[in-house]
Amino acid sequence: MSDITHPPLQEHTSTGLSSTKLAMWLFLASECMLFGGLITAYLLYRGSSLTGPYPQDVFDIGYTSVSSFVLLASSLTMVLAHNAALDKDYARMRLWLTGTAMLGLTFVGGQVFEFTSFYREGLSLTTNLFGTTFYVLTGFHGVHVTVGVLMLLILVVMSWRGSLSDEPAFPVEMVGLYWHFVDVVWIVIFTLVYLIPSPQK
Amino acid sequence: MASVTVSTQKGILRRPVATTGFWSWFTTVDHKKIGILYGFSSFAFFVIGGSEALLIRSQLAKPGNTVLNAEQYNQIFTMHALTMIFLFVMPMSAAFFNYLIPLMIGARDVAFPRLNALSFWVFLLGALFLNSSWFLGGAPDGGWFAYPPNSVTDPGNGMTFYALGLLITGIASTVGAINLAITIINMRAPGMSMFRMPVFVWMGLVVQFLLAFSLPIITVALFQLLFDRRWDTAFFDPTRGGEPILWQHMFWLFGHPEVYILILPAFGIISEILPVFSRKPLFGYQFVVFSGIAIGFIGFGVWAHHMFAAGLGPVANTAFGITTAIIAIPTGVKIFNWMGTLYGGDLHFDTPMLCAIGAVAMFVIGGLSGVTHAVVPSDYQQTDTYYIVAHFHYVLFGGAVFGLFGGMYYWWPKVFGRMLNERWGKIQFWMMLVGFNLTFGPMHILGLGGMIRREYTYPASLGLTFWNQVATVGAFLIALSVAIFIINAVRSQLKPAGLTNEDPWDARTLEWTTSCPPPAYNFLDTPTVHALDEFWHRKYVEDHEGRLVPVPAGASGGEHPSGGAHGIHLPSPSFWPLVASVGFPLMAYGVIYSWWLVAAGAIVTLVGLLGWTLEPSVAE
Repeated sequence: MSDITHPPLQEHTSTGLSSTKLAMWLFLASECMLFGGLITAYLLYRGSSLTGPYPQDVFDIGYTSVSSFVLLASSLTMVLAHNAALDKDYARMRLWLTGTAMLGLTFVGGQVFEFTSFYREGLSLTTNLFGTTFYVLTGFHGVHVTVGVLMLLILVVMSWRGSLSDEPAFPVEMVGLYWHFVDVVWIVIFTLVYLIPSPQK
Repeated sequence: MASVTVSTQKGILRRPVATTGFWSWFTTVDHKKIGILYGFSSFAFFVIGGSEALLIRSQLAKPGNTVLNAEQYNQIFTMHALTMIFLFVMPMSAAFFNYLIPLMIGARDVAFPRLNALSFWVFLLGALFLNSSWFLGGAPDGGWFAYPPNSVTDPGNGMTFYALGLLITGIASTVGAINLAITIINMRAPGMSMFRMPVFVWMGLVVQFLLAFSLPIITVALFQLLFDRRWDTAFFDPTRGGEPILWQHMFWLFGHPEVYILILPAFGIISEILPVFSRKPLFGYQFVVFSGIAIGFIGFGVWAHHMFAAGLGPVANTAFGITTAIIAIPTGVKIFNWMGTLYGGDLHFDTPMLCAIGAVAMFVIGGLSGVTHAVVPSDYQQTDTYYIVAHFHYVLFGGAVFGLFGGMYYWWPKVFGRMLNERWGKIQFWMMLVGFNLTFGPMHILGLGGMIRREYTYPASLGLTFWNQVATVGAFLIALSVAIFIINAVRSQLKPAGLTNEDPWDARTLEWTTSCPPPAYNFLDTPTVHALDEFWHRKYVEDHEGRLVPVPAGASGGEHPSGGAHGIHLPSPSFWPLVASVGFPLMAYGVIYSWWLVAAGAIVTLVGLLGWTLEPSVAE
């Protein structure tokens, strides 16, 4: 069974772990620093905006909670896709991958809607520090989710056309690592940005 | 298999197969060829950055000079720094890492050969993008540190080119760092445990981790700068509550690990050269390795010593003064280990050895002036003067560049199968050493005498003229020595390849067990490693009195020339890394000029990555 999680043609390695998997972990560690920088900038500037709208003026916690739940649910479907791949049930795998991508797209769509409504309420990228840091942080995250959706859809198309390698569980696992990472980052962002009330001024 | 992309691959871009000839360089995934590409390009940028330095020194050769006006001077000194740091020392180190790490750990290639090609092409195109700013309205002129609000309000596109150019080269470095780190962790030959790796490989590992964890920080800062400049965000805008000092923190939180990214490769090279030319093992191998790791960690905790004069307050300044003094300890450990290596050794003063010793000596001078910056009140006097310029040139030119030249002399026969001329090498070394000290030694005096950095001219009444003239003479002497190196290099290539002795320095490490230059597959049979300094132990044993005696020929258990190279599956050349990397400068130009270009660039990169995904790494 352990062979299944290893990519085909992978030569034996010094650590016994797949190089691709190690590289993905190191990449995600590097990404932690990226989001760490963006989140730090947001936190440093919390309550520093000189003019409104302020976070509590625009946030709709109920709405964002639902879209956060959608994104978290996509981690479950991702795991189910990987399980299906391990079982070599590729139709089921494609189904769950598509489901994950759709949940991701729903989240991104929700973010677009949220941005639009904030903009209508007078918060643009340039209005104040809150707008600047909020849009750039959540926008970067949204781009990451979008890239994840693209990778999921490419996996589906490749599997459908039969151009995926002999062991699809491995690429699915790699995309899954990325996908779960993006989810975890959103938990941090949702907590720090939305749930913890911002001090006024 | 009739997907559109696959047919594109077959229709437009046929799988390249050639591994020789001019065009093979564009599709190669061989770590040795990519190393040579890195080396050539970065040396070209060394010449460009050096020419910029000569313009600076010409302008400062006399008071009130008019070789450059203030505007040009700002662009020249900014681009000099960016070129030397990001387009010379970093990629030249990448050249050494790429070429040598797989050979030193007994691997056939890096872990991800096509990613390796992507790193190089993204770097080169990013570098060309940055330099294209000269022809598109002016180069970056806000200093390599790019402090806002100046760098935000700076008119023209120069600083936008800065942000985008560094973002692109940052992508190249991040990809390369992950690739090389995983190569070292996962591609070692049987028996090559972590503590049998050459110190150069260890320093390589530390550098890759520094890159992977510090580049994201500057990436965020560069995006913030870019957004402030291009889309009027408020990150560094004091009128909207933004704090320019945030940039300083983020820049130096990257910037200080960056100086170790620049110097540790040279430390690794020095640690390889000194034992070979002392005929002794490196003194305290573990100490050298662990001090390198310690430097990597502590390097993330000293950034505010670049900001002592920014007004952080006595507590922060004291704390960072202390951490800065602490980081001198592991650095000092290395110096003493190198001296211990030389002590009692059978010293051979060939050019690589001269460069290595020169690098250690010059680095010590720079390190000592560095300790004076760690003392906060003293630093207040030195900040933004030529004393600082003297300091970082002693560590980065004196340490890193001399180390890199030592590496070039040492591994030239390995890479090209030809020796560099020793006599001209020695002449070049001494000329560069004298020129270097003439250029940067007087800058200590100039700085303490009150000469401010980045000023494009100075009045005669300040009494700075004499030492400035000395520095200018020194700079041209350095240029002459580099010209000698180039001539030496070209002349060596005119001779037919082939060494009478494939181990000209009587070396210690695995890369010298291969032919010069090594075959595409590096090792016919994967070597099995039994000891640190494996090659040395294959050549020599100690007799019962502790003297070294050569192992009789044939008994060394070396590589068996039997068998033949068929059956070795090497990764095949590929167009896709080049295609994918072309999209990056397109997107960057698009951010400045038109969204259509951004879209075009994104599509090109996407197509490149798709083609890549669908292409097997080894052609059928």
